[in-house]
Amino acid sequence: MDTKTLELKAAQMRLATWKMIFKAGTGHTGSDLSCTDILVALYYSVLKQTPATFADPTRDRYIQSKGHAVEILYNVLADRGYFSKKELATYSQFNSPYIGHPTNHINGIEQNTGSLGHGLGLSAGIALAAKLDQSDYHVYTLMGDGEQAEGSVWEAAMFASNYHLDNLTAIIDHNGLQISGPTTKVMNSESLAAKYEAFGFDVIEINGNDISELVKTLKIPNVAGKPRLILADTIKGYGISFAENKPEWHHKVPTDEQYQQGVQELQTIIGGLKNE
Amino acid sequence: MSEQMKIGDAIVAQLTKEAEKDQNILAVTSDSRGSASLSPYIEEHQKQLVEVGIAEQNSVTISGGLAHSGKRPFVFAPAAFLTMRSIEQVKIDVAYSNNNVKLIGISGGNSYSDLGASHHSLQDLAITRAIPNLEVYTPADQYQASGLIQYLAVSNRPAYVRIGKIALPNIYQDSASAFVKPGQANIVINFGTDAALISSGETLHIAVETAILLKSQGINIKVVDLVSIKPLDTNLLNLLADQTELIVTLEEHSKYGGLGSAVAEALAVRGDTKIQIVAFPDEPIIAGPQPEVFKYYGMDAATLNQKIAGWLK
Repeated sequence: MDTKTLELKAAQMRLATWKMIFKAGTGHTGSDLSCTDILVALYYSVLKQTPATFADPTRDRYIQSKGHAVEILYNVLADRGYFSKKELATYSQFNSPYIGHPTNHINGIEQNTGSLGHGLGLSAGIALAAKLDQSDYHVYTLMGDGEQAEGSVWEAAMFASNYHLDNLTAIIDHNGLQISGPTTKVMNSESLAAKYEAFGFDVIEINGNDISELVKTLKIPNVAGKPRLILADTIKGYGISFAENKPEWHHKVPTDEQYQQGVQELQTIIGGLKNE
Repeated sequence: MSEQMKIGDAIVAQLTKEAEKDQNILAVTSDSRGSASLSPYIEEHQKQLVEVGIAEQNSVTISGGLAHSGKRPFVFAPAAFLTMRSIEQVKIDVAYSNNNVKLIGISGGNSYSDLGASHHSLQDLAITRAIPNLEVYTPADQYQASGLIQYLAVSNRPAYVRIGKIALPNIYQDSASAFVKPGQANIVINFGTDAALISSGETLHIAVETAILLKSQGINIKVVDLVSIKPLDTNLLNLLADQTELIVTLEEHSKYGGLGSAVAEALAVRGDTKIQIVAFPDEPIIAGPQPEVFKYYGMDAATLNQKIAGWLK
């Protein structure tokens, strides 16, 4: 897919997610919008995986460590055909499998996440299994920047480097905000690039809301013998003017008026991309 | 076979054989290969060993990832750390995600007696038993350990195994009768129906000694080995409640939430069963040589003999 098509896809996924959260009355709005471009880049251009190959042992794996941004993951998976959009309409209803964090009861989701600080370790275990089996699939995981305060992240980082897991790419959705405010104020985890480099990762810093840069970077092979960290600078709430960079939009649900305004803003973006 | 053996040695001996048959079996350790007696395994299967360093949480999460890609990891770590520090990893990355990870809690219960409460695991059965999709076992001798590992090597279900540190006398003669299947308890002594004494793991031999002492005084009891803490053999428990006057449980665990609680929960609905739970009290346990500690808390054969005789009067 070319960059314009991917950008259009990202805007459409933002709109679908915005609608889904409004309808359900629950969701991690700001977190979903922050990492939308990362998920679109992965699922439409990078991951060697389709619904047909999801059970194939040689498929690439994606583990979403920041499990709370599940609404965007669901919408991307439904759009890619892992399950129907009709099924997804049951999100958050009584006994729906589409709950507020990823579960492996859903086709396309590898592991149950939601409690932070698990994804990098799970991914490192999967990446080590690939090495033991001499299989060449790649493992991708997406973490939040607030999540970097979890000690288990650093146990896993040490492990990934110790075992030279160059089939592992960790991405940090670096939007600088968490539920209580700026990450630098709540618990300062900066400088993340220097920290991961010191732990033995090859670190690349990019604009995480730029799809073309994301795709280009994700397609570069790892430095031999090193796990990779992509520090993706993003804007929380990206794409909805009044939600951008506002910590309260971490899991805020739009009012009727905000909803209409958000729909209009995203439709304008979609219209512009279609006319180009 | 020798007359007694450390359960850890029996587990490693059997796992070494199983790893020969199945290259996907891995031993995962958190700098615990010495205390887990893993040397014989490592000599044969260096490539089937994953060292995680002193990082118990990560040892469980990594194993979840390994199992998700078809490996069969056996995580060896002191029970105190594996079931407390790593319990969220056990809950999510093993049980909830249904990853085929076997957790071997070594030096469990009061094994590190003189090292203090930081190293005791007297709550591990309570916490692991409460996690859905996790089997819980407490083998009592080398044959049972061997039978259990034969089962775990081919089972696809997550499990926690709690073992101790000392060499234990043989209770069984072969592995097939020692460990039959998940959810099956064994009657190891059947002198009569005056009472049933239910135990497992390192305290089972104390239960056997107690039954022999009681017999010499004309009190004839059954001793039951509840090796499978979860799933629980509720059929046998109900049969014991039908047949005997009194059920006594003995365990190397807090009196809250362990083997005694499991038995009491299963039989509470009947409303007709007298149950006495013998276990460690709800307080930090006195440090010292294990037999003296057990005697102090009334968990030795001589004291149990008196207690049971008294309860039956």
